[in-house]
Amino acid sequence: MSVALSAPDIKRALTRISHEILEKNQGASSIVLLGIPTRGAHLAQRIASIISEIEGVEISCGTLDITLFRDDLRLRAPKAIMPTTIPPSGVENRDVILVDDVLFSGRTIRSALDALGEIGRPRTVQLAALVDRGHRELPIKADFVGKNLPTSKSQSVRVLLSEIDGRDEVSIEGEAN
Amino acid sequence: MSTVDLVIKGAQLPDGKTADICIQGESIIDVTASFKGESVTTIDAKGCVVLPGLVDLHTHLREPGREDAETVLSGSKAGAKGGFTALSAMANTSPVADTAGVVEQVYRLGQEAGLLDVFPIGAVTQGLKGETLSEIGAMADSVARVRVFSDDGNCVSDPLVMRRALEYIKKFGGVIAQHAQDPRMTIGSQMNEGEVSARLGLKGWPAVAEEAIIARDVLLADHVQSRLHICHLTTAGGVEIIRWAKARGINVTAEVTPHHLLLTDDLASSYDPIFKVNPPLRTESDVHALREALADGTIDIVATDHAPHPLEAKECEWQEAAFGMLGLETALSIVQMTMVNSGLMSWQQVAERMSHKPASIGGYEHQGQRIEKGSFANLVVINPTKMWRVDRDLVLSNSSNTPYHGHELPGVVEHTIFKGTQTLINGQISQGGGK
Amino acid sequence: MRHLLSIADLSKIEAISILDTANELARVSDGAVKKLPTLRGRTIVNLFAEDSTRTRISFEAAAKRLSADVINFSAKGSSVSKGESLKDTAMTLQAMGADAVVIRHSASGAAQRLADSQWMSGSVVNAGDGTHEHPSQALLDAFTIRKHLGLGKSDLEGLSVAIVGDVLHSRVARSNVLLLAKLGAKVTLVAPPTLLPVGVESWPASVSYDFDSVIPFVDVVMMLRVQQERMTEMYFPNAREYSRYFGLNSDRMKSMKPGAIVMHPGPMNRGLEISAEVADSSRSVITEQVTNGVSVRMAILYVLLTGGSLEAGGN
Ligand SMILES: [Zn+2]
Repeated sequence: MSVALSAPDIKRALTRISHEILEKNQGASSIVLLGIPTRGAHLAQRIASIISEIEGVEISCGTLDITLFRDDLRLRAPKAIMPTTIPPSGVENRDVILVDDVLFSGRTIRSALDALGEIGRPRTVQLAALVDRGHRELPIKADFVGKNLPTSKSQSVRVLLSEIDGRDEVSIEGEAN
Repeated sequence: MSTVDLVIKGAQLPDGKTADICIQGESIIDVTASFKGESVTTIDAKGCVVLPGLVDLHTHLREPGREDAETVLSGSKAGAKGGFTALSAMANTSPVADTAGVVEQVYRLGQEAGLLDVFPIGAVTQGLKGETLSEIGAMADSVARVRVFSDDGNCVSDPLVMRRALEYIKKFGGVIAQHAQDPRMTIGSQMNEGEVSARLGLKGWPAVAEEAIIARDVLLADHVQSRLHICHLTTAGGVEIIRWAKARGINVTAEVTPHHLLLTDDLASSYDPIFKVNPPLRTESDVHALREALADGTIDIVATDHAPHPLEAKECEWQEAAFGMLGLETALSIVQMTMVNSGLMSWQQVAERMSHKPASIGGYEHQGQRIEKGSFANLVVINPTKMWRVDRDLVLSNSSNTPYHGHELPGVVEHTIFKGTQTLINGQISQGGGK
Repeated sequence: MRHLLSIADLSKIEAISILDTANELARVSDGAVKKLPTLRGRTIVNLFAEDSTRTRISFEAAAKRLSADVINFSAKGSSVSKGESLKDTAMTLQAMGADAVVIRHSASGAAQRLADSQWMSGSVVNAGDGTHEHPSQALLDAFTIRKHLGLGKSDLEGLSVAIVGDVLHSRVARSNVLLLAKLGAKVTLVAPPTLLPVGVESWPASVSYDFDSVIPFVDVVMMLRVQQERMTEMYFPNAREYSRYFGLNSDRMKSMKPGAIVMHPGPMNRGLEISAEVADSSRSVITEQVTNGVSVRMAILYVLLTGGSLEAGGN
């Protein structure tokens, strides 16, 4: 096991992502952050509070559970469904930024796009991921990445967040081949 | 000494002694400690127990009418395989055995099969409807010499009809075998009424529906001084009534089936109708009461209530399924397991309960005789130390509704000898058997 | 979990996770999303060998909201009621590629027969079998109780529930007794002795013949339907006497605890076991039971058709 991001690394990455989001969207007025449970939801909260500190305004932030939209439900054990909470502003004509911890095959994001499509029609949908570990199976790419981590498929990336796990850390488990 | 037809060497007799049994023609000509002469056929029965051929007082052979389920021939094979030399064919065939014509037909089919004696049981009432007496006298006087009468499957529930039947059979020393089931209390009943039926939502069959009829009928038998036999007793309460009646000197006998000595109502939890039977499987404490009663003689005999049904009658919902299970090929093993191996009964008592006594209740003179010089050579040789696995695909019956599929049972029937002829040799039906 | 046949097969944790899943599904369907792609491409057969339009519609709506293909193989006039065997029907469903069969049948144990047989390989959901069980009804009842009286807890610990009426013939009562007890509620069965099964002592519930002595102490009064034919079968003298002792009318309702609710699985016999005023009163949650039925049945189909056991949270 090797540590890929320490707690300060994570903090720096999120701050950078926050700035990039503001830059790309020319301010915070139109953005809605939607975190994908469980850890993506906490990352969205953190980014929202960093942005609101920079801009001095409340940021619309919610969660988007994608469990019911997965295309591999036939194969996996059912997961408990996590809450979806859309901020009162809604998503219509907003710039929605999906937030997830690890970007891998891209299937989660495809499911998230489907779920989002059922809720409304944003002006743009962007993607922020703390870690991009490669091995995409779909034509999906992140707009904001904390760190690109080259991995082998057999390895797994473990993200710990203080809200759930008591501390912040990203590590890679298993041997690279 | 001249050459004898058949010698069974070194078998343990019911009383525990070891002896050689010499058979000539249809009879036992000698039972001796050590036979020194020549024989055409010798059975080495070392380690085996020999009993008088088993006599079943309660068999459903389904012919005429439901030959897809069983015929007299297929039932005879199943009987020989199970160690029986006599079966009693229940009257609920189609047409019903309520005339001399039908009982003679069944009797003749038994003779043609030739593997054992088939004694037809006559219906008490016409069409088993419980309303008017069938031609009881004509059946008694027929070639089949019927002595046992039963509406089995149905109860003779009208007390007046039952009284008349009990009186009428005194003319020739017959017996009424009652299927004790109050019909009003068991409309739509599916299984024993109790905790399990409450949980499964299957309509209950209360013990009292059986016991009330037994109580009434022992009193009727007493009143008209006739002879009553109670089919397939299943409840501890029924045992108490029989015990009381016998103590009063009432002329009543009772039977228990092998399955009621072993299986209990919680098997219905699977909703597999293979366990659906009439009367129903009862509770653990009933099973214990039945075993004790069989051991102490309150219950006189074991009878199989062998009830073959085609596959489709059991491959369905519980409440749509037919009642009944196979019994002939497994009866002796179940009795050995529940009564002998548990120490409740000796082999002598098994001989009593499965051969001597049923023959005497049915008036089957050539059956159930002691293993001694001059008796008919109706015998069964069993290896009580061998185990076997029940396989529903291998039964000789035309049906496969055995509740013991896959079970390991003790006691293998090796040889059955019917009137001096081997009908079962080393567990195989003898094709040349029968005359 | 592969089948849902009896509440007895569910652990407390499994039961609660079905309720939690139903809760999230209710929130999703309350919002803008009317249709989820979750079971797209899966085939669910409603095999209703006994009439029950309301249960069939509820399962149908649940399956359709999850984008499953639904085939109705329904009630009277179908081959099942014309004597085609359950086995032949099951083999037909297998050939049609049914991923799940929702079965309603007049024979107790029919769902279990279907599940235990080798006749078909799909999941089996018991939508009511004879007088045995009706597990989805019990789950939606528990869901409704929890929503009203659960005080944010996941189970029903500390609540008191009276189940009143024809317990003997009620599959709703059997499933509810098992589930409510599993979730920690105290259950009292109220019925004339003729309508309680012999063996009821072994159930996790107490028994009373006196409705009036029970009603002031319970949080939930669950009324059971009484079928007209029970009268001719002498379970009680007549409808009037039944209503007098075991019916829920406005007078009796007055002695209920503040906040206590009235439930009925439907269809109701207004005027027999429940008066119209009670059925339409503010204590009645009867129409809500119907609404909740869809979410709970969505949760059941979700859990069964996505295989394995429910794992908690996380990605
Ligand atoms: Zn019988």
